[in-house]
Amino acid sequence: MSSAAEQVHHDEHHDHHAPSGIKRWLYTTNHKDIGTLYLWFAFIMFLTGGAMAMVIRAELFEPGLQIVEPNFFNQMTTVHGLIMVFGAVMPAFTGLANWMVPMMIGAPDMALPRMNNWSFWILPFAFLILLSSLFLEGGGPNFGWTFYAPLSTTYSNDSTALFVFSVHIMGASSIMGAINVIVTIFNMRAPGMTFMKMPLFVWTWLITAFLLIAVMPVLAGAVTMVLTDKFFGTSFFNAAGGGDPVMFQHIFWFFGHPEVYIMILPAFGIISQIVPTFARKPLFGYASMVYATASIALLSFIVWAHHMFTTGMPLFAEMFFMIATMLISVPTGVKVFNWVATMWRGSLTFEVPMMFALAFIVLFTIGGFSGLMLAITPVDFQYHDTYFVVAHFHYVLVTGAIFSIMAAAYYWLPKWTGKMYDVTLAKWHFWCSLISVNLLFFPMHFVGLAGMPRRIPDYSLQFADFNKWISIGGFAFGLSQLIFLALLIKACKKQGEPVSARVWEGAEGLEWEVPSPAPYHTFETPPVVK
Amino acid sequence: MSNHTSPQHNKTVFKLLLVVVGMFGFGFLLVPLYDVFCDITGINGKTNDTAAAYQHVEIDTSRLITVEFITRTNTGMPWVFRSETKKIQVHPGELKEVDFYAHNPASYDIVGQAVPSVSPGLASLYLNKTECFCFEQQPLKAGEEARMPMRFYIDPQIPEDINYFTLSYTLYDVTSNKVAMR
Repeated sequence: MSSAAEQVHHDEHHDHHAPSGIKRWLYTTNHKDIGTLYLWFAFIMFLTGGAMAMVIRAELFEPGLQIVEPNFFNQMTTVHGLIMVFGAVMPAFTGLANWMVPMMIGAPDMALPRMNNWSFWILPFAFLILLSSLFLEGGGPNFGWTFYAPLSTTYSNDSTALFVFSVHIMGASSIMGAINVIVTIFNMRAPGMTFMKMPLFVWTWLITAFLLIAVMPVLAGAVTMVLTDKFFGTSFFNAAGGGDPVMFQHIFWFFGHPEVYIMILPAFGIISQIVPTFARKPLFGYASMVYATASIALLSFIVWAHHMFTTGMPLFAEMFFMIATMLISVPTGVKVFNWVATMWRGSLTFEVPMMFALAFIVLFTIGGFSGLMLAITPVDFQYHDTYFVVAHFHYVLVTGAIFSIMAAAYYWLPKWTGKMYDVTLAKWHFWCSLISVNLLFFPMHFVGLAGMPRRIPDYSLQFADFNKWISIGGFAFGLSQLIFLALLIKACKKQGEPVSARVWEGAEGLEWEVPSPAPYHTFETPPVVK
Repeated sequence: MSNHTSPQHNKTVFKLLLVVVGMFGFGFLLVPLYDVFCDITGINGKTNDTAAAYQHVEIDTSRLITVEFITRTNTGMPWVFRSETKKIQVHPGELKEVDFYAHNPASYDIVGQAVPSVSPGLASLYLNKTECFCFEQQPLKAGEEARMPMRFYIDPQIPEDINYFTLSYTLYDVTSNKVAMR
């Protein structure tokens, strides 16, 4: 190797004794390395949770019990939910934040790089604990990802302790990640990067990080109460000792509702980056987007009991939570209309990230509307705990959060690797996913309205045809993700055409000013933002 | 702004950690808050857990309120537990006594705890119990039986639209975890 090449290599890493191999990843404090780790971890968890969904859909392919035991089915629904929420969606967003936030605000790295390393590396252990509990005698958690008492206290098995500890670790990881994001954004913006000049992805992540530090500790409290109720004789949720099982739901959903916005606000940020790029117009209504995001975050704290309409709340409480919930559709509507207005009379082109973003806007809105239907108290009594709810939250989480993450991957992947990915594969991935995901989740609305309950391994015969189609859609959606895996492997092998620094013609922002692939260290001298 | 010195980070981190610790505490604070909130508004149907004094109140003979009594035992609780009166009609302000019967058919001693609940919940604000077996734990020896009285009156302030409510008791086996009522 020539000395010039070595010199370049040296400059790229800058670290004079950078460890290589596994140690590079174990010891890394570089925001790009940690972002990559988070993203790969999230993708592996996405496939793991997806495999569990395949078990669920295989069992529900036909009525009757044929493939798995009901107890195992319950473990699958529970762990599928936990993995997708805490293992796939949240780490994927944290990974994107690690990669992009410093580059978007012109910072050299995250503010707390060592804590960053720690917040990633405790995560695999959390999921190792959770997944290993499935192999214990009696199995893993089987009470649903919402772990309602007394299912998780009186009626659960001893592996509940492992569930509690793994949630504690996931929570600690999320809180550390959130603190890191906030400190980075508060203290490390480049000169001239005022708050109202920050890209929307940074804004939505800032607000998400505040939601995280506000509610993850409440979740930690809730699981701790479950732990002490189960093992140490306290009676937080035990009526015999003066507690109240309904109180569990209040505490859980006080965490749980902001949590669903934690999983969608960064998605709003991503879409707000992608749509202007491919419409070749600045984002319509930037300031209203910021205020709408903040309003959604604030409203998320006063709507939790809409998950509990059937617990026998008095009328005025049902009315309050119904109206507060419906109020959220106002700022959300502002966002959707702003995206549409951004595209209005733009020079639209339909590259893969834009295709995912457009699918997001349409399908997320469908999920939003079914959410609005669920918010109407009197009809919720019919929808409650049916597949209609399952359809609703999969529309907002799969075609919402997950599609936005895929859009983000397709948008920024050339910046990360320096090469354009295989666009043909990407388009196959898009169309296969789009068609199968609708086949998978749309008919769930119908079986739900007809009364098919969720979380049950069997169903009555009239639901058989729809469920067959749903399962076929599910298998197809699962297989479609293998196309994405193939594409990512090719991209990591650095195959493909080299791309320019800007990558996309209409891309604006500091991340597009640095060369592609983004050097190991960027913005060591802060750029000046005009 | 761009001056990213360590002390500045530490200050921000410290403030954020305070939020984290505060919210962890708030999670536990929700427990007493929930009780207080429900106590004031009566929305979860919990009745008073200490005896109310019977103040001599005007008996409103123009109204008759039907009170229904339901009893059930929690899973694994072997006692026979029933109300001797299924349904009673009372004037607001009038003091009434009803008897409950409990029998321990098991071959071992059991301590029971009855937990009351009123439906609709708002009625619980106007139900005053001057004496109730649910105020304390009930130990019954193997094979023993007991008659347990409950005396109550309804506050004449009870809203016009409530003229029927149900008082239900669930009996729990608390032998192993003698947890005091909070």
